[in-house]
Amino acid sequence: MADKKHLLDVDDLEREDIERVLETARSFSEVLRRPIKKVPSLRGKTVVNLFYEPSTRTRMSFEVAAKRLSADVMNFTTSASSVEKGESLKDTALTLEAMGVDAVVIRHPVAGAPWLLRQWLEAAILNAGDGMHAHPTQALLDLFTLRDRMGEVEGRTIAYIGDILHSRVARSGIKACKAMGMEVIVVAPPTLLPPVALEGVETGYDLDAVIPRCDALYMLRIQKERQGEGRFPSLEEYTRLYQLNARRLGKAKPGVVVMHPGPMNRGVEIAAEVADAPTAAITAQVAAGVAVRMAVLFMLLGGAEGGERVA
Amino acid sequence: MPELLIRGARLMDPFNRLDGVMDVTVSRGRITAVEKDLEADGRAVLEAKGMVLAPGFLELHAHLREPGREDAETLQSGLEAALCGGYTAVCCMPNTEPPLDNATVVEAVAARARDLGLADLFPVGCISKGREGHELAEMALMHMSEAKVCAFSDDGSGVQDAGLMRRAMEYASAFGGIIISHAEDVALARGGQVNEGRVSTAMGLRGLPALAEEVMVARDLLLAEETGCRLHFAHLSTARSVRMLSEAKKKGVPVTAEATPHHLLMSEKDIDGYDTVFKMNPPLRTPADVQALRKAVGDGTIDAIASDHAPHTIEDKEREFDYAPFGVVGMESAFPMLFSELVLPGALDLMRLIELLTSGPSRVLDVAAADYGAGIMVGARADLVLLDMEDTWTLDARGFASKGRNCPFHGRKVKGRIRCTLKNGKIVYRAPEVGSG
Repeated sequence: MADKKHLLDVDDLEREDIERVLETARSFSEVLRRPIKKVPSLRGKTVVNLFYEPSTRTRMSFEVAAKRLSADVMNFTTSASSVEKGESLKDTALTLEAMGVDAVVIRHPVAGAPWLLRQWLEAAILNAGDGMHAHPTQALLDLFTLRDRMGEVEGRTIAYIGDILHSRVARSGIKACKAMGMEVIVVAPPTLLPPVALEGVETGYDLDAVIPRCDALYMLRIQKERQGEGRFPSLEEYTRLYQLNARRLGKAKPGVVVMHPGPMNRGVEIAAEVADAPTAAITAQVAAGVAVRMAVLFMLLGGAEGGERVA
Repeated sequence: MPELLIRGARLMDPFNRLDGVMDVTVSRGRITAVEKDLEADGRAVLEAKGMVLAPGFLELHAHLREPGREDAETLQSGLEAALCGGYTAVCCMPNTEPPLDNATVVEAVAARARDLGLADLFPVGCISKGREGHELAEMALMHMSEAKVCAFSDDGSGVQDAGLMRRAMEYASAFGGIIISHAEDVALARGGQVNEGRVSTAMGLRGLPALAEEVMVARDLLLAEETGCRLHFAHLSTARSVRMLSEAKKKGVPVTAEATPHHLLMSEKDIDGYDTVFKMNPPLRTPADVQALRKAVGDGTIDAIASDHAPHTIEDKEREFDYAPFGVVGMESAFPMLFSELVLPGALDLMRLIELLTSGPSRVLDVAAADYGAGIMVGARADLVLLDMEDTWTLDARGFASKGRNCPFHGRKVKGRIRCTLKNGKIVYRAPEVGSG
């Protein structure tokens, strides 16, 4: 990781890199429990959050992470539709370059946008979600959460349930889990699965059959627009088939970890009683998000020394 | 009018089944002799020993953007690009602004091209008014106009309404019109960016499924069989399309098809990062599709190679993948790329490649009336191309005559080059490093 300049997707990272991010994040999570939660590691550095898609959680998480590291943070939030008519991504990138920013955190509705930025910018690029493609910090914080809950993750089984086809969370998450030696199952109606099976990933359509085998259940947000695209007949039918509810959770292994990237549709992909149960790691994911993003920013911007200077 | 002797070339002319070393003299725009060892007799001499002389190529599928998007290409820049690529005649597609959907517009475009006096232009007319897919355009009036439109297409989008496509075929068959199918079912293709499958999944882009092409190929083959209309498929890209085409031809359905250089030479695996120069429609398909297309151009199932030349401005292409327009430029890279990557490795023989660029497209269009397609014979118009098979060079899109720089082969080292293009007996293009003559 120390030799990396950008974080575009988890396939940029070897297993050792992931381990180092998780270790560094562990130190930062300790910092976050102190009364004074700020360290001077990135003082004088400037981080821009360049968000072309509405996002509250991810943007705030990056913003808090950068501020805890004493970096200066600027937010550039705009809707993609207005940008389509206005300034091009290239000109925005060149503007940021001219301002001398050190890192750009980009979220964009079109896959590949961070790769374009990389061509035009000297700054470190952090992908905060591009289209249906990748969301590497989410994948890392999910691994951090899994580690926290279950210790060693190698050999454990995780199921991603729901709209795999359109999910960057699943795409990056699955890669990260595979890199750490986990077994991955995807469960969804065929219309919400990728057109070809993901390599080394088991596919299932029947949630009830899969649940008892899993150590972690990762529920994906179902977007109501997908019904309009005719990918499933109704939310009611989807809920009947794929909602994680108390009855289904009762069939799971003891200690199963329930995860969700947020924001949740309570009562659709996840029942309220499951979201609020102690098995759910959903708020732990949010907390992990800040620590992991601090770790990534620190490692990309703070130099090669890694964890030593953290505390 | 200067007279010219082209000396020592190997003549390869699929129209007249000619393959041998002979000299050619040209006078007043026409070929005056095709014989061995002709004397210069005061004529200018074009030394062509070791090179191949072929009939000028016919481009079946180019987007020349005029009227409407002259910032991307004009008739002038497009037809100059054609000459640089060895094409002496070009069919331009009607998806301009306004579209070429009536006699007035096609005549204006044809007249402009005549005034330019570069490559010949055969405008393709729209099937539907405004290219909207609802009402038939005035096909017969375009056909009877000075522009002599013989083929019709809503290229850029396919005709979705099967009823309209059927009526278009029935109607066009009355005057021998050719219906060109841009085979794409919008309901299956909507939002797609690259071939649906492994690559779309890995890139996180919406897929353009092979099926979107194939269901329309199936439909249009049935409609052509039923109506007897001459049907031509633009840019076929999948193995299953080729299989259906082959079966239909065996049944005697009056159908022809083209493939593009990019679909013959690249697969989805060649998409480099999110570079939009690899974004075109149909998209680059799987290696198995590429193999099927190569076999089909070799065995005659596919009749012609057409470049689907689609210039775009740099600012339009230098964007996020979803926002960039589809299309690549192709006329200036077609021959060197096809020769280097198909003929030299032995996948296609040179005579067949020349057929695919000359007599193949001419049979698709039946443009003999327009004075294309006599080949290299005494009395024929001297529209010729001289091919240098030895020159090794690097394709550089920045030097193209086309305004488009969106060439996926930019930077490729190639062997084989258009040395000269002759139109009406005049050398209208000569490659930068001049050989002799």
